[in-house]
Amino acid sequence: MITLPPEALEALTLSLRVSVVATLASLLPAIWIARLLAQGQFRGRGLLDAVVHLPLVLPPVVTGYALLLLFSRSGPFGAVLEPLGLGLAFRWTGAALAAAIMALPLMVRAIRLSIEAVDPKLEEAAATLGASPRKVWWTITFPLTVPGILAGVTLGFAKAFGEFGATITFVASIPGETRTLPSAIYAFLQVPGGEAPLRGLVAVAVVVAIGAVILSNWLARRVAQRVAGR
Amino acid sequence: MLDVAITRRVDGFTLDVALTAGSGVTAVFGPSGAGKTSLARCVAGLERPDAGRIVLDGQEVFGPNAWVPVHKRAIGYVFQEARLFPHLTVERNLLYGAPTGTAPGQVADMLGIKPLLGRRTAGLSGGEAARVAIGRALLRQPRLLIMDEPLAALDARRRGLILPYLERLRDHGIPILYISHAIEEVARLASTLVLMRAGQVVRSGPVEEMLSDPTVAADIGPSQAGAVLSGIIRKIADGLAEVETPAGCLHLAGVEGGVGTALRLRIRAEDVIVATQEPVGLSALNVLPMVVEQVLQGQGPGVMVRLRAGDGALLARVTRVSADRLGLVVGRPVWAVIKTTGVARLDVGGGGLRSI
Repeated sequence: MITLPPEALEALTLSLRVSVVATLASLLPAIWIARLLAQGQFRGRGLLDAVVHLPLVLPPVVTGYALLLLFSRSGPFGAVLEPLGLGLAFRWTGAALAAAIMALPLMVRAIRLSIEAVDPKLEEAAATLGASPRKVWWTITFPLTVPGILAGVTLGFAKAFGEFGATITFVASIPGETRTLPSAIYAFLQVPGGEAPLRGLVAVAVVVAIGAVILSNWLARRVAQRVAGR
Repeated sequence: MLDVAITRRVDGFTLDVALTAGSGVTAVFGPSGAGKTSLARCVAGLERPDAGRIVLDGQEVFGPNAWVPVHKRAIGYVFQEARLFPHLTVERNLLYGAPTGTAPGQVADMLGIKPLLGRRTAGLSGGEAARVAIGRALLRQPRLLIMDEPLAALDARRRGLILPYLERLRDHGIPILYISHAIEEVARLASTLVLMRAGQVVRSGPVEEMLSDPTVAADIGPSQAGAVLSGIIRKIADGLAEVETPAGCLHLAGVEGGVGTALRLRIRAEDVIVATQEPVGLSALNVLPMVVEQVLQGQGPGVMVRLRAGDGALLARVTRVSADRLGLVVGRPVWAVIKTTGVARLDVGGGGLRSI
């Protein structure tokens, strides 16, 4: 049994909190954007697609720097939020935002693919049975998309849990506030003799990541069976 | 009551049809690519015509200034594939479009799917799935039921098992637009036949009249052509049923139903032999005195002859040589010979023709 030093335990709980909040916060926008991209016909669809995928292709440090510009005390959002006490820069909520933005493209991708995989013939059939487009979405498309949403959630959680570059650029690495697990690993690497707690942290990171994948695969398989009518 | 007059162009194909469908089954028949499905989808609201009008029960659902979306048209649609919702049970599939509080019992009984209610859809056979799809469309309480080749995905045996359910459905009273390219289904179910070719309605009329028309036979294909007779079982003796038809009495083997049962018989033109003198010493039991009403020469070696006796008409396919030698001209009295074993092979459908 690995015993974690207090700093490591602190980093782990913070990381779990940050990634859970980030995943939950980006879930609804991800579903909404995925649906727009999969089914919507509007101008600027390509642009939306590109913007959503931007964090995936940009260096994370650049994304973090952009967030810093937007949410620092002098930035357009920061100027509004800071006086209200809702500032994000150098807070754990900022870490969650950075993680959410990095996780979003992965979630959108997974969910969009599963929406596109729903047979449009079923949606047509539902419409002939009197279902409005809204009812078709909630009773047919959405339930059949659930396995894809679960896959997206896992991917997003894993990405948020491991997010480092944008986080450290945007909110730095303040112990107890913004020092997430990856930041802590990095910090221990910088101090001589930090390898011992480091090994524990790395082990925890691996266990959490593998645990998330196993859990989500199990859930997705159960849901997929139900959805496939077995 | 459905009134359609629409045009629609897609990828160089032009659909330009006008038709009226009243109560009973209106069959839209034609080769694949004739535009049958496109017509059905336009009526249902799944496709939008370029111009024209669609009026259902007095409501304009499509017109120059009207567009009722598919989910507000109250039209049931049975697709070629069952399209059951895989995440719902059979019962929840059935009730998907039904008004709240509906019980599936009666419809499920009619279609023989009551034992399946609690099942998931993945394990259903093709025939079961097709019946669930029909029940689902029916429980939606549509003003019109469109069936787009609902049996096309099934093998001949399963088709034969489902046809009686469709006959019950017809007698249920709901107007049905039945899309098909299988003439035996049309002959068993339809009261009105609409013939389509290359995006247009070629002809339409009551099914008995249409199917005994030699010019229509050319469209159906000579080997598939055959007249339809309605009849009633008068007597059953020695395993043979004596069936009274407008063309005369026929003796049929292997007919289900007791005395008084109404039947609908399709007699293929190939199974009818024409004689100019009353045949003697024949083993065939069914010899009907008739009159040549129409003779139509096709491009091939065959000739289609319409024979009439009273209100009944039969179609016979003979070779041109025979027609010449026998002197089959309009007005000539002849005998139509139908072998009993031949008749036994005929498509015999239950349920009477409703009067049109």
